[in-house]
Amino acid sequence: MRTRRRLLTLLAIAALTVIASPLAAVAQPDETTMNGRLQQIDGDERTPVEGVRIEVRLDGEIVGDAVSDAGGEWTVPLPGGGVYEVELDTSTLPEGVALTDPERQVLPEVTVRDGQSKFVNFGLGPGLVARSSTLDRVGDLFVLGLKLGAIIALSAIGLSLIFGVTGLVNFAHGDLVTMGAAVAFWFNAVDGGPGMQILLASIPAILIVAGFGAAQEQWLWKPLRRRSTGVIALIVVSIGLSFAIRYIILVMLTGQPRPYLDYVVQDEVSFIGLETVPKNIWIILVSAVVLAGVGLFLQRTKLGTAMRAVSDNSDLAESSGIDVDRVIMFTWVTGAGLAAMGGIMLGISEQVQWDMGFKLLLLIFSAVILGGLGTAFGAMIGGFAIGISVEMSTLVVPNELKTAVALAILVVMLLVRPQGLLGRKERVG
Amino acid sequence: MDLGKMLIDAGRAALGVPAATYALSAIGLNLQFGYTGLLNFGHVASMLVGAYGVAITVDLGGSLWLGVLVGILLSLVLALLLGVPTLRLRADYLAIVTIAAAEILRLLVRSSWANPLTKSVFGIQNFADSFYDLNPYPDGAFGIGSFRFTDDRFWVMTVAWGLVLLSTFLVWRLTTSPWGRVIKAIREDEDAARSLGKNVFGYKLQSLMVGGAIGALAGMVLAIDQQNVTPDTYQPLLTFYAFTIVILGGAGTLWGPIIGSVIFWFLFEFMNAFMTGALDQGWFGSVLNSADIGPIRFALLGAGLMALMIFRPQGIFGSREEMIIDAG
Amino acid sequence: MPAESRDLSAVAAEPGSPKPDPILVVDGLQRSFGGLKAVDVDHLEIQRGTITSMIGPNGAGKTTLFNLLTGFDRPQEGHWHLNGGALVGIPAFRVARKGMVRTFQLTKSLARLTVLENMLVAARDQVGESFWGSLFGRWKEIEERNRERAMDTLERFGMAHMAGEYAGSLSGGQRKLLEMARALLVEPELVMLDEPTAGVNPALTQSLLGHIQGLRDDGLSVVFIEHDMDVVQEISDWVVCLAEGRVIAEGPPGAVARNPKVIDAYLGGHHGEIDE
Repeated sequence: MRTRRRLLTLLAIAALTVIASPLAAVAQPDETTMNGRLQQIDGDERTPVEGVRIEVRLDGEIVGDAVSDAGGEWTVPLPGGGVYEVELDTSTLPEGVALTDPERQVLPEVTVRDGQSKFVNFGLGPGLVARSSTLDRVGDLFVLGLKLGAIIALSAIGLSLIFGVTGLVNFAHGDLVTMGAAVAFWFNAVDGGPGMQILLASIPAILIVAGFGAAQEQWLWKPLRRRSTGVIALIVVSIGLSFAIRYIILVMLTGQPRPYLDYVVQDEVSFIGLETVPKNIWIILVSAVVLAGVGLFLQRTKLGTAMRAVSDNSDLAESSGIDVDRVIMFTWVTGAGLAAMGGIMLGISEQVQWDMGFKLLLLIFSAVILGGLGTAFGAMIGGFAIGISVEMSTLVVPNELKTAVALAILVVMLLVRPQGLLGRKERVG
Repeated sequence: MDLGKMLIDAGRAALGVPAATYALSAIGLNLQFGYTGLLNFGHVASMLVGAYGVAITVDLGGSLWLGVLVGILLSLVLALLLGVPTLRLRADYLAIVTIAAAEILRLLVRSSWANPLTKSVFGIQNFADSFYDLNPYPDGAFGIGSFRFTDDRFWVMTVAWGLVLLSTFLVWRLTTSPWGRVIKAIREDEDAARSLGKNVFGYKLQSLMVGGAIGALAGMVLAIDQQNVTPDTYQPLLTFYAFTIVILGGAGTLWGPIIGSVIFWFLFEFMNAFMTGALDQGWFGSVLNSADIGPIRFALLGAGLMALMIFRPQGIFGSREEMIIDAG
Repeated sequence: MPAESRDLSAVAAEPGSPKPDPILVVDGLQRSFGGLKAVDVDHLEIQRGTITSMIGPNGAGKTTLFNLLTGFDRPQEGHWHLNGGALVGIPAFRVARKGMVRTFQLTKSLARLTVLENMLVAARDQVGESFWGSLFGRWKEIEERNRERAMDTLERFGMAHMAGEYAGSLSGGQRKLLEMARALLVEPELVMLDEPTAGVNPALTQSLLGHIQGLRDDGLSVVFIEHDMDVVQEISDWVVCLAEGRVIAEGPPGAVARNPKVIDAYLGGHHGEIDE
């Protein structure tokens, strides 16, 4: 699964990456200028924004201003190098367009070298504030929260069940999520790859990651259990594994976020009174079906019952004739497969990136501890609870800090009820 | 490929500021992990608060020394905040909370909220002039042949290695005392320590705090050496440098962190120089380019950490006897 | 301790019977896991200066009771007193400092500490064990005194020649001995031994039992969990039998062994456990 092909056809989609290319067109070589191109980014649609005033100041004095043209471009000639302050006059923004980060209306320190034509970017998006009331926003965020929750829940079940049956907290679990997304990316979008539709591509991806889970259990974790390696050593091994996987993926995928070829651009539709893109609805629905399936499997089938029995008390299960090794192997395969599925959904929802799983891992941890480490249903409930609270929290906290909300929930839970909502107390001490 | 130059580059890292900084960081982690058995996966957070403690204090007009004090105090508070909810629980909970907290602390420092204090992604620069003003060495470079350090670097090295020795002395005093015996007992079996009347929670908290303060010193050295703090320096990766160093040199041994750090940085830099050289020679064809060398080193670091933990948990110089006991 | 305090002939052989000079008194202690009641003890007194055996089939709640009494687990209800002092909600390490020290069914020797260090860690009131004390306190003399005491105790347990070895290199039986010796350095009044003879070879078992009797002769009180009825008969002054978390019988060893409830509990539950 060699996803690296540097001259990816994908680079054609470099339009998606922020580094636009008006640089060369704008300025004469030796003239010091500041310039930019204002465009509203909505999903994958980019529309130039005309008539917006930009003001450049040096030590509080205005040195120049400009208004963006029909192509959204603006240029301010500068007296020379220095540290400038740049402001976008938000009152000149057209209806329905707003800064994606309101804090970046003024850029206090833009360093320009002598002779440089400095490109300055203001991120513009569909103005949430202008468009929607708080109530609408609550609804939007709730849908986003459900989607994130579904992805967390899918990914978290494996972590929780593997802990249940083996006692290992697998710090490399997040990287199985990334791996799922990355392998699917190869089948879907890599130049020279099979170019399969993403839903089709997800099938081999899930199977490969499930197989990798099995291989890990067979050649790494089982032998270590046989040697009765201590839990601390096992955790250190898992974090080493996590770094190895993550950086190998980085080499193959490069640091750029990469989108799949399908379902990138979608128009919003109305869904139970809420506006959202269809892919979000599908992610929520498919996850709900899969999660229900996992639940039924654990409750109704022999193997599922065995898994819960081993999770409860491995010695007792063994003495009552359950093949514990087989159950553990099966748990690894299922858990890794579900994590891969979660990764692919995250990739469809956003993009594929080398550290997406590690970032998700922090949310997964919060979810499983909230729900109760070792329980599948706890992981599901915890996943949705964390997903919804993290997204809803952006009503109050800046977007970049929403993960901190999950940590806060995690810490409060450890203080109040360390065994989690559904966990048993004996586990934690 | 110039093997001699590679060796010199590697040697410079192994004796220079990087090795000293991470030896210091590893000494803190060794007290926590090696002696007490605490899985602190967020050690980088104490480095971060140490570095930012100095940078912000100076930036707000305080002196460097006040900054050092602030950094240490912050690291103690951080250890309390992380320790209190987790240290009564299984070992994994500390690991989970610390790795999450370290990453979130980085995001917090990076965020627009913290901008007035931390300057977000831009970070804070040139706050350590008063440190370099104290440089007693005459201008110039010191060393033999091409193995040289400038006077400023030499000054940072002197202080950094000095701190390494001081911390080692502190750890020696602590771990050869009855206090050290108790934390080792906790590492071996905390229920046994409890049954013998030891306040396990209190000892763990103390160990976490002292280790964190030493980690903060490491962060300060890093910041002062670069005259620059940015949030993205303090990635989870730094914690695992320290873990690899501790295990390489021998967890729970006095000189382990120093030996581990010297070997680690020699290998790490040599690998870098070697791969860069091999790339220039076209050995890798078009399969790899120079941007891949960093990630490959980190992947090897991960694999190395795994291999050490599996095959030589007692470190490369650890005794066979200990290994047998470990296995039993 | 005078021998008469071991004379329990006047005490009624029935569950919850009052003792003339109890060191430990338990009341209404309850602990359940999920729906299962693991411990449900109405009233129990342990006589000072005696060896009290605790018997019962597997899963009778003996170890859980130990965990509760020594602060390693929390009951849902009930209270208990050591020397008249309430122990509810007291953390395990404080219980040990108050004079009730336990050992574990699966030995917890501190593997990468030497036998002598294992002993020394148990000594109480060490200045050098506080953080600042370790750096600036004068703990060397105390250490020297503790070392002598530790060596004396090791001598008594026939382990002095192993003082410098890692505890991890000892055999299972030696670890049990070490754990018992170590507990003594805490200077307890009441020692709670969880299956001290399990997995120990017969020769070493005899020496272990000798030591347990030695503890009593020194005036300590001993409660121990034991499966082997011969052992129980040999050294106990009093026997308490637990089944399904309840005290179903207590009395002198002979009487308890003949008690039909006890025989039922063993035979009804797990056949053959009694000879283990």
